[in-house]
Parts: sequence; C-alpha cells; structure tokens
Amino acid sequence: MSDKEVKNLEEIFEARITRDEKIEPKDWMPEKYRKTHIRQISQHAHSEIVGMLPEGNWISRAPSLRRKVALLAKVQDEAGHGLYLYSACETLGISREELYEQLHTGKAKYSSIFNYPTVSWADMGAIGWLVDGAAIINQVPLCSTSYGPYARAMIRVCKEESFHQRQGFEIMLKLANGTPEQKDMAQDALNRWWWPSLMMLGPTDAESVHTAQSMKWKLKRKTNDELRQQFIDQTVPQADLLGLTIPDSDLKWNEETGHYDFGEINWDEFWQVVKGHGPSNKKRMKDRVGAWDRGAWVRDAAMEYADKKEKRKNDTKKAV
Amino acid sequence: MTNKRTGQSSLPLGEMSAKGGQRGNLYNYIIGIADNSLILGQRLGELCGHGPSLETDIASTNISLDLFGQVRNYFQYAAQVIEDDTVTEDTIAFLRLERQYKNVLLVEQPNTDFGYTIVRQFLFDAYHLLFLRELENSKDATLAAIAKKSIKEVSYHWRFSSDWIRRLGDGTEESHQRVQEAVSDLWMYTDELFHQTDADKAMITQAIGVDTLKLKDTYYKMISEVLEESTLEVPESKYWHKGGKQGIHSEHMGYILSDMQYMQRTYPNMEW
Repeated sequence: MSDKEVKNLEEIFEARITRDEKIEPKDWMPEKYRKTHIRQISQHAHSEIVGMLPEGNWISRAPSLRRKVALLAKVQDEAGHGLYLYSACETLGISREELYEQLHTGKAKYSSIFNYPTVSWADMGAIGWLVDGAAIINQVPLCSTSYGPYARAMIRVCKEESFHQRQGFEIMLKLANGTPEQKDMAQDALNRWWWPSLMMLGPTDAESVHTAQSMKWKLKRKTNDELRQQFIDQTVPQADLLGLTIPDSDLKWNEETGHYDFGEINWDEFWQVVKGHGPSNKKRMKDRVGAWDRGAWVRDAAMEYADKKEKRKNDTKKAV
Repeated sequence: MTNKRTGQSSLPLGEMSAKGGQRGNLYNYIIGIADNSLILGQRLGELCGHGPSLETDIASTNISLDLFGQVRNYFQYAAQVIEDDTVTEDTIAFLRLERQYKNVLLVEQPNTDFGYTIVRQFLFDAYHLLFLRELENSKDATLAAIAKKSIKEVSYHWRFSSDWIRRLGDGTEESHQRVQEAVSDLWMYTDELFHQTDADKAMITQAIGVDTLKLKDTYYKMISEVLEESTLEVPESKYWHKGGKQGIHSEHMGYILSDMQYMQRTYPNMEW
C-alpha cells in the first residue's frame, strides 16, 4: 500500500471515530491503534487476574458464611472480567499465551494497587469501596470507547464493579458501626489504601505519556488528574458517612473551585511500585507464574486429550 | 456450656449436642451432611486465583460457591431445629471444636496438585449426587427441598470432575501417572462415605435419612466406569480409612479450622 493510500485510510478511520462509530476487529486500523489497544486491554485483563490474589487471600478466613460467599463470587467475577477482556484483546491478533508471557516476564504491567498486601478483613471492604470505586471512575467512560469489543466488555465489567463497590462500602459500614476493634480495623484499612487508590488513577497529566493519543481514540475521556479529582470529591462524603478520617491533613473543601484540595501524593512510592519494588510485587508474580507453571501438565493433558478425541472421531468416520 | 472466664458459650454441637431425641438426631444428621460441603468448599476456596487456567479457576470457585450455598441452607435449618437463640449458621460453621466437625476424611485432604483436587472432587461428587437423588425423597420437606435445589448444581460438579478425570487419565503420560497416583492415594477414603452414625440410622428408620449402604454398589460402578474409560486402574484396596464421621480427623483438619475460624475466634461475638 502506498503512503498516500495509507494516509487516506487513516483519514477515513479517524473520521469514523469522530462520528462515534465503533471500530470492529475486521476493520482496517492503524498499527498504532492496534498496539495501543493491545497494551491497554491486556493491562486491564492482567489487573483483573492479579487482582484476584489479594482478595483471594481472605476467602479462607472470611468472618461469616455470607461474607465468604460474597467474596468468592466477587473474585470469580474478576476471573470472568479477565476472561472477556483477554478475549477482546485476542480479536486484535494476539494469543492469550502471548499475553500471559508478557505478564509473567514483566513486559506487561498491571494496576500497581495490587502490589499492596491485604492484612486484615477490613481490606476487603477498603478494596471494594476505594479500589473498585477508582476503577469505576476510570472505566465508565470506556463503555463508549471506539473499539467495539472493548466497549462491550466494559459495559458488563462496569455493572459488576459497581455492585462490588457497594458490597465493599457495606463491609466498611458494618465495621464502622461495630465494636471499637472493628472501627480501628476499618480506619487502619482506609489509612493504608487511600493514597495507593489515588495513585491508581495514574501519574499526573504532566507525566502521562499516552494521554493525548488516547483521548483522540476515546480510550480516555478525562485526564488522570481530572479523574483523581472526581474520585476524591465523590469519596470524601462517603468517608464522612462512615465516620472515618481520610489520612490527609491538607484535605479541605475549596468553595472557589467547587472541589476538594488535597495533599501531595508520594510519586516516588508510585514509581517504586510500578517498577516492581512494591511490598507485594514479587509475591504476586511468583503466585501467577507458579500457578501457570504448575498447571502446564494439566493444559498439556487437555490438549492431548482433545487431539485424541478428534482423531478417534475421524477414524470412526473413515471406518463408516 | 458457658466458659466462666469469657462468659462465652461454647455451643453444644455435633454429637455433643445437649439435646437428644428426635431433634438432636435430626440436628446431627443435618450437620453430618453439611460438614462435607463446608470443608470441601473451604478447600476449593483456597485455590481461587491459583488454578491451571482461568477457566478451571472459575469452575472450581463456582463449585465452592455452590457448596457454601448448600451449607447455608443446611445450617440455617439446623439452627431452627435446635431451638436455641444463640445458634446461627455462623456459630455452627465457625465455633465448633475440631471433634465436633463430622465431615468425612476425603474432603479435608489437601490440594496437593490439580490431579488430587480433581480426584477428591470426583470421588465426592459421585457420592454426593447419588445421595441427593435419594434425599430428594426425604419425608423431611426442608431436606427434600434443599436436595432438589442442590441436585442441579452437583450434576454439574460431577460432569466437570469426571470430564477432567477423562482428560487427565487419557491425556499425556505425565497426567495419566499423576492422576493415577491421586486415585490410588485417595481411594482408601471412599468407604467412609457409606458409614452410618447413630443419627444417620435413626433418620433412616424414619425415612428422613438416606440409606447410604444401598448406594454403595452403584457408586463404585459409577466411578469405576469413568476410571476405566479414562484408561485408569481401579484400585483394589481392602484397607479403608475412617474417623471423620466420629470427629476424629486427619492432621490437616486443625489447620483448616485455624484458618476458617480465625476471625470468629480472634474477634468473638461480633457481627460482620
């Protein structure tokens, strides 16, 4: 294809996005669009499956049968999200094995928040309330993103995430209204998860390398800083309702801007975690890679069995 | 029983139930059924996020969820039967002593690898399915209703585990060897599934309980067929392990409970 033809296709492509038309797997797309989408969708899928680990850590210790069932169902939903996000990603011409390989070798990233340890039951509440809360803010705009399979997957993901967030808030509410030990547990969880949740919305706009292009393709509708402000404005009243204190002495309502002002985020910590040196990075990867390696003989057996079955079927056909 | 120091009551549960007679027997009978699902559900829950593939992860979590759902139905009913306001599904699940859990030894066996996990599931599912099909005809309407609802779920569990036995048995050399080892190791726990406690016998007499002895032949036929189809050897063990139904468990059980009971023991008398 000549440069002129490519340019022409690109113009038609960009015009379709401007008209809010969905791009489907078989449509022509610029290579950069394809790569950017593989990166973002797989990062999202990886976050779902790595995200199963910190919460999975509390399934065996959930304090009541009702909570245990709800937590199991939640972690299972995350596996489901991983599954349809990987499928959406595969429509861009990459296999799940390749995507796993990228995760396991550290080439692909996942949300930095999952590199923090879950040390109390209240963390199940805080993750639902704050982490899923921040995730929803990030994800709702993606329901109308330009790539069809991703947008459709996100509609389902968002529905379930908002249920998870309510569930998390409800865990916190119960603790906040419980005994002094339970309230302490809830406050401690908020103290530990607040700042990582703010970081989870990504580096400041000045440092964000992908923002401009992503905005154009509707992979992003608001900048990281706008999303962060929205999250804070939405969450502060919820903390008040719980009677818990957000661990930021600079947090105060600004009448002029109509938003909350907030303190300095420790970006050194953020980059440390992103670069693989957070409290649980190594454990998370070891668990993921370990599960994958330990499962190799099982997957091999399933393939072998399917081949044998197919062969037998063909042999029977021939005999007939 | 009330602990004088903490003022907490340690509930008279399991066969140590203070209540005897019809209610005591029915209570013990329900607990005996539910504890199998409780401990197996707990074991499967440990695996969440660590499976060999996303699909098997989802499936084993799903089975765990089904089992806990059934446990809640049973324990809520048991709490009604015992007529004691301090007893709830959670006190039954979390606040008993090890000796008061009545699950069979099979379900407490560890998740050694996917082969052991699947074989444990397979050996239990076949029994569970046959058992529920009979319990559906129980004279006790609540048990019959729980059974009816659970059969659908357990039919799926059985399909899942027996399909995997076929894949692993008739898959690669390695998978064949691994799954055969698991079958040979876990086989000795199968006989206990058919043992009957005093409560079981009392409930069978009244057509509330299932006469498990009558299921035994069908059970071994059912699992042997799948094993043979999967090119696996059916073990010929004459030695069986038992004790769970009397509350005498393997060394694994204490660890399962310290994990499962952690919150309830550390923070007594709180709501979650």
